[in-house]
Amino acid sequence: MSEAVIEPTGGAGVVHDWSRDKQVFGVPWGKAMMWIFLLSDTFIFSCFLVGYMMVRISTTDPWPNPSEVFGLTVMGQSVPLLLIAIMTFVLITSSGTMALAVNMGYRKDRKKTFWLMLATAVLGATFVGMQAFEWTKLILEGVRPWENPFGAAQFGSSFFMITGFHGMHVSAGVIYLLIVAFRVRNGFYEKRGGNYEIVEIAGLYWHFVDLVWVFIFAFFYLW
Amino acid sequence: MAAEGQQHPLKIYWIMWGALFVLSAFSYATDFMDRGALRHFLILLFMFLKAGGIVWIFMHMGWERLALKFAILGPPVAILVLIWLMAYEGFYVEDTRVESFGESTFVPETPHH
Repeated sequence: MSEAVIEPTGGAGVVHDWSRDKQVFGVPWGKAMMWIFLLSDTFIFSCFLVGYMMVRISTTDPWPNPSEVFGLTVMGQSVPLLLIAIMTFVLITSSGTMALAVNMGYRKDRKKTFWLMLATAVLGATFVGMQAFEWTKLILEGVRPWENPFGAAQFGSSFFMITGFHGMHVSAGVIYLLIVAFRVRNGFYEKRGGNYEIVEIAGLYWHFVDLVWVFIFAFFYLW
Repeated sequence: MAAEGQQHPLKIYWIMWGALFVLSAFSYATDFMDRGALRHFLILLFMFLKAGGIVWIFMHMGWERLALKFAILGPPVAILVLIWLMAYEGFYVEDTRVESFGESTFVPETPHH
């Protein structure tokens, strides 16, 4: 901003932002649009999770116990939800590297931004790989979208639908991050005035994917 | 402030990162509890703490202006109505199924790995 305007905050700030003859949100349009896209995505994932809740409530068959279904045997010891816990930690780690990448982007430290974004993408790809392993394991055990040997048939349909859609988001995010990361490295944004807001916008998407996993972990795997 | 971008001291990110690890460990620990009100309360508690931290700190929502906060965080509140409607409907459907078709005769296998 060129002029120093003291803008009101709080409730008065909301009125001020909406009633002035200007753009309402004082953020770059790319960021506002990403937020609005994420809002619509929130509704999509909510519909999936609410649908899952509905079929889980309404089925008369017993619901499979996720801690047994997703358990792994390590050295003769059965550990509940082990793979899911590792996936959760991989995703959280990637969230941290992404947050640092955004910070380094604003400092115009292109090298660190690139490496942190690359690390985020690698962790994301690891997550998708582990998910592929999990799907393979369940399919081999006879879990299908229409039936499974452990309980209500709706378990399979909710599982493949919800984790599949989330995994697709992670995969898309990995590609998105890689594109932005390489553009940061080769100086693409320097030619556009050295604005690294795009790193934050990509970061918003990535954190959202992590956010959705928090809800899936709570409602599908732990509930 | 927003025009200059979201630049904050690194320390806050390290703290948030650490908190996410600890909260996730707590979440995982609930899986060793018996299913019941306490377990479900703790699952929701850790879930909302993690979600809030991600949105507020990592996504920088805490530093955005109130107009943006309302525009993005307000509409999802409508989902609560959908949850209520579908839960109500779900219990009703289960009741009618039991009434018409009787209790389930499904014999589940125990997963073994």
